[in-house]
Amino acid sequence: MKKLLSTLLLAGVVLWSASQAMAFKPAVVFDMGGKFDKSFNEGIWNGLEKFRKESGIKYREFEVQQEAQREQFLRKLAKRGSDPIIAVGFGQAAALSKVAKEFPNTRFSIIDMVVDLPNVQSIIFKEHEGSFLVGALAALKSGTGKVGFVGGMDIPLIHKFACGYVQGVKYINSNTTVFQKMTGTTPAAWSDPARGAELAKTMFDSGADIVYAAAGSTGLGVLQAAADNKKLSIGVDSNQNYIQPGSVLTSMLKRVDVAAYEVFKTAHDGSWKPGFKILGLAEDGVGWALDEHNAKLVTSAMKSKVEQVRKDILSGAIKVHDYMSDNKCPVQ
Amino acid sequence: MWTDVLLILDATLRISVPFVLAAMGGIFAERSGVIDFGLEGKMLGGAFVAATVAHWTQSAWWGLLGAIGIGIIFSMMHGYASVSKRGNQVVSCVAINIFAMGLTVVLANAWFHMGGKTPQLPREARFMSIDLPFAEELRNFPIIGEIYYELISGHNALVYIAFIAVPFTAWVVFKSSFGLRLRATGENPLAVDTTGISVNKTRYQALILNGILGGMSGAYLSTAHLAFFVKDMSAGKGYIALAAMIVGKWRPYPAMFACLLFSFLFAIKDKPEIFDLLKGIFPVKLLNSFLDMSPYILTIIFLAGFVGRAVAPKAIGQPFSKEK
Repeated sequence: MKKLLSTLLLAGVVLWSASQAMAFKPAVVFDMGGKFDKSFNEGIWNGLEKFRKESGIKYREFEVQQEAQREQFLRKLAKRGSDPIIAVGFGQAAALSKVAKEFPNTRFSIIDMVVDLPNVQSIIFKEHEGSFLVGALAALKSGTGKVGFVGGMDIPLIHKFACGYVQGVKYINSNTTVFQKMTGTTPAAWSDPARGAELAKTMFDSGADIVYAAAGSTGLGVLQAAADNKKLSIGVDSNQNYIQPGSVLTSMLKRVDVAAYEVFKTAHDGSWKPGFKILGLAEDGVGWALDEHNAKLVTSAMKSKVEQVRKDILSGAIKVHDYMSDNKCPVQ
Repeated sequence: MWTDVLLILDATLRISVPFVLAAMGGIFAERSGVIDFGLEGKMLGGAFVAATVAHWTQSAWWGLLGAIGIGIIFSMMHGYASVSKRGNQVVSCVAINIFAMGLTVVLANAWFHMGGKTPQLPREARFMSIDLPFAEELRNFPIIGEIYYELISGHNALVYIAFIAVPFTAWVVFKSSFGLRLRATGENPLAVDTTGISVNKTRYQALILNGILGGMSGAYLSTAHLAFFVKDMSAGKGYIALAAMIVGKWRPYPAMFACLLFSFLFAIKDKPEIFDLLKGIFPVKLLNSFLDMSPYILTIIFLAGFVGRAVAPKAIGQPFSKEK
């Protein structure tokens, strides 16, 4: 009797775990900044929520607070049988390349970075193309012939934004000056709005009238300084036009929501593939935001010019240099 | 060029305010013999409460009061653990910093559902810049008028309060009878005790002043310089204030100048023209990193005794016990 019971129990456990393995259990590890950063992570969250509402499938999530937790969380999720797992942000690359090797049968997607392993899908964006467009718009709008750029942490990815932006500005008017500043060299540079405001204010004092912020929540300080000084700012990642209505010229959109949604959806229907996925203007992966909050700032002439630039990039008439291809920017 | 100099000095003042307020708070605590690493937490807590209360009441002054309140609560927690219960002061400070980091985000999320951010404050609910009398008229008067217009006028109330706090602190610490007790408590608590003055009471009084100033430094970030609270927005400023206090050898005026010096380094780093100038002399990467770490390097140099001797109050970090 006892033996029978234990056998039954064992069978039950095996069946249960098998059914667990069969079930679709997607998961995500958000990066530092948190899922409500009004920017990058929040974009991902929006995409995943859309999937959850449509399919009714819940997903597990972790928010990284310290760098060491990235590896812990990824491993924990993989151990518990989550699949697919999204690793958000360039910072998780090192942790993911370790964990992905330990769990070769789990499907991983990393957004914003490349991890070259057979079970990893790397999704990256052509931020330089989107930044080129907002740079062109800034040059069209600027009355002083000076514009600015505030980056977060000093890393090649942020130089990619800066470089695309400068190219866009110079394409419209090669005489326009671009001030460029990075907030810092540590991850604290993503969450220091007071420094962001101060950097933007200094640029305004030096004659700039539009500042583009690619700096996480530090950028919120840039947007605030622009509103306080009656100047213009450009948001990043998600549509930030509503944060300071009438003073945000536009936002460089990075459709991380679409990317994240696609990961779950393709993994669910079986069409998920490892390898590279590069989302640019052609895939609507990047773009610029025009809504009721900035409609008054953008004249129809500017709009048609930016659209023309967009078409020229798509057709190849304009080549936008990618900083990360050689860690150099052709213009300053 | 002259205008640039004024603009840099103007930026220096704006950047220095949270450092100055927190450093003065630190002086009170440490002069009484209580280590205060918790300035960072008080600043963060103050920033959160100020933005929240200012949003609810639509008044920056109520927000400031709230920030002072949380500053006092935090320093009383520190006092309970390290003065009454004679716990390790550094551990208590670290606990306060971690507590503030977590609590602010959790409450902000629960109340506003904006992921640790508080709602944008309208102009009426912030400390906006105040134009001092005759600033406009004197604007074109060379040097003095320009300094008055660019540098002295046109700041918000908390900037003025911060620079009033410095002579106030100097007076309390070095000229008042309370200051005498305070300093004696930090140097030789046993002697203070034999004269019949309560060491712990003096330390609690010092911590109240510390909490007031620490909370105010946070209010400056979220309701004057900016118009919202976001997660971790103090970004290490409390530690820089602490460093400035040490470089200033626990004295109000030198500490203020240390704050101004650190802020000046930030300000010249920000200024594109100056940066371009320096770029020609030093490699860019090196220059950025060097300016970033300069406050900490200076602190080490001062602590190591290269520039005069930085002597901490003798009884700092030691809980007082009569039985000893």
